[in-house]
Amino acid sequence: MREKLIELNNVTFTYEADEDGTPGYTAVRDVSLDIYKGEFVAVLGHNGSGKSTLAKMMNAIYEPTEGTVTVNGILVDSEEKGDEIRRIVGMVFQNPDNQIVATIVEDDVAFGPENLGVEPSEIRRRVDEALKTVGMYELREREPHKLSGGQKQRVAIAGVLAMQTQGIILDEPTAMLDPTGREEVLKTIIRLNREIGITVVLITHFMDEAVQADRVVVMDKGEIIADGTPREIFARGEFLREHSLDVPQSTELCRRLGFEECILTPAECVEKISSVLGGAAQ
Amino acid sequence: MIRDITFGQYYPGKSVLHRMDPRMKLVLTFAMIVAVFICHNFYALALMVVFAVSAVLLSRVPLRMILKSIKPILIILAFTAVLNIFYTKGGATYFEWWKISVTEKGVNTAIFTVIRIIVLVVISSLLTYTTTPTMLTDAIERLLSPLKIFHIKVHTLAMMMTLALRFIPTLIEEIERIMNAQKARGADLESGGLIHRAKALVPIFIPLMVSSFRRAYELAFAMTCRCYTGGNGRTRMKQMKLRAADFIALLLCLAVIAGIIVLNIFFTRII
Repeated sequence: MREKLIELNNVTFTYEADEDGTPGYTAVRDVSLDIYKGEFVAVLGHNGSGKSTLAKMMNAIYEPTEGTVTVNGILVDSEEKGDEIRRIVGMVFQNPDNQIVATIVEDDVAFGPENLGVEPSEIRRRVDEALKTVGMYELREREPHKLSGGQKQRVAIAGVLAMQTQGIILDEPTAMLDPTGREEVLKTIIRLNREIGITVVLITHFMDEAVQADRVVVMDKGEIIADGTPREIFARGEFLREHSLDVPQSTELCRRLGFEECILTPAECVEKISSVLGGAAQ
Repeated sequence: MIRDITFGQYYPGKSVLHRMDPRMKLVLTFAMIVAVFICHNFYALALMVVFAVSAVLLSRVPLRMILKSIKPILIILAFTAVLNIFYTKGGATYFEWWKISVTEKGVNTAIFTVIRIIVLVVISSLLTYTTTPTMLTDAIERLLSPLKIFHIKVHTLAMMMTLALRFIPTLIEEIERIMNAQKARGADLESGGLIHRAKALVPIFIPLMVSSFRRAYELAFAMTCRCYTGGNGRTRMKQMKLRAADFIALLLCLAVIAGIIVLNIFFTRII
């Protein structure tokens, strides 16, 4: 039996009603979800599906209105526990500008370990290592505002890496980036998972990103409506469309071409089509 | 336009000045700024100029960067020079016409003041060129840490300063974006009288305020996620240590200040 890193048990989260009369709003409704150690899970859903709120509960920023959240065996039930949990799972947010604290790249990466009270020489080592992992070591003395969006997000990821957390939750890290930046960040995320073995929870609304995960969890209206491998999920094109979600373009192309099996990535798509054409095309 | 501000812009390097303890740099910069003001004749001022020039050479910051820091104060320089030339009277008269006269003392004062301001700006911008803002706020935090006994939250103040510095470029970009967005909707920001223009800025600043609050909120989340709980129990990656170079710099600065005092005593006062 694999070990669980994050356990959500019948979790509900309701935003409180405002004083001016705006009614409370239930973003997540009775959700149970286990994330195992070393897994790469994509949480897919369109705007307002509750996926961001779910992410914030996994990191104890929000406490569930009902139900329980357990991270690495620690039950989240107080502020102090929250701090303990954030040493185990880090988080990267959507807007790269609003999560960088320092005016120099390496200082920003050092911020997390500094807060944890790590020895200065050890911080230096971790910062260098983290920056090398995300491929930003050469730019370590630059000012963050002079970097591209993709580079800023990689700095943010390095910031979590330097804290040496077991897991990392990324809340739509590529939503504000251009295609190049998106690819850079996605490659980095995949590397973290495959090479370093960090548990990754990627919140996204891009199908092509979800395809890269080991497991896809689909959310709609605050509930989990599907949970399985990318191939299982994207084979159900009709079902996804009912919940205003799409399938990756390669999958859609192959479906329209009338292929039986579910194709996920452009590479697979090319291979399939060329094999159908008798292996002539390359 | 506003993006050109050189203040607080770090110029990466590995010179002696870059590697000095920021606390010592900060204290010495203040000391030397005071020293510029106690100069009372050209000999003392010349010593100060020699000091500033050698500091620039030691820092290996290119001359063009130094000139860039002087550029914004050119108008102030011209203004002070003109005022001093025409309003300070004394000594031989070089030029006289109607009620306007240019005297020896006026010219001397003008030159003196201009050099003094330039030296002032060069010394202080050298501090920001060779020290990252983070290091600088760190240094301030440590220098002010004795104030803790008066229950002043020194760490919080330093953190606020770092964040303010960090967000200046971000907010400038934001202002430009909002201005363009409003112009695209037909906002007229350039014409009309003062009141009209001030009113035209309202639709710029309201979105700016709103988005700043949103940023602050998100930043607080992000900082919480990285286990920030205030100054207690925090360590720092970049340790500050006084080294031989710092003490040599201290001695040099003390020597320059002593030199200025001696020159002040032995030569006549000009200003």
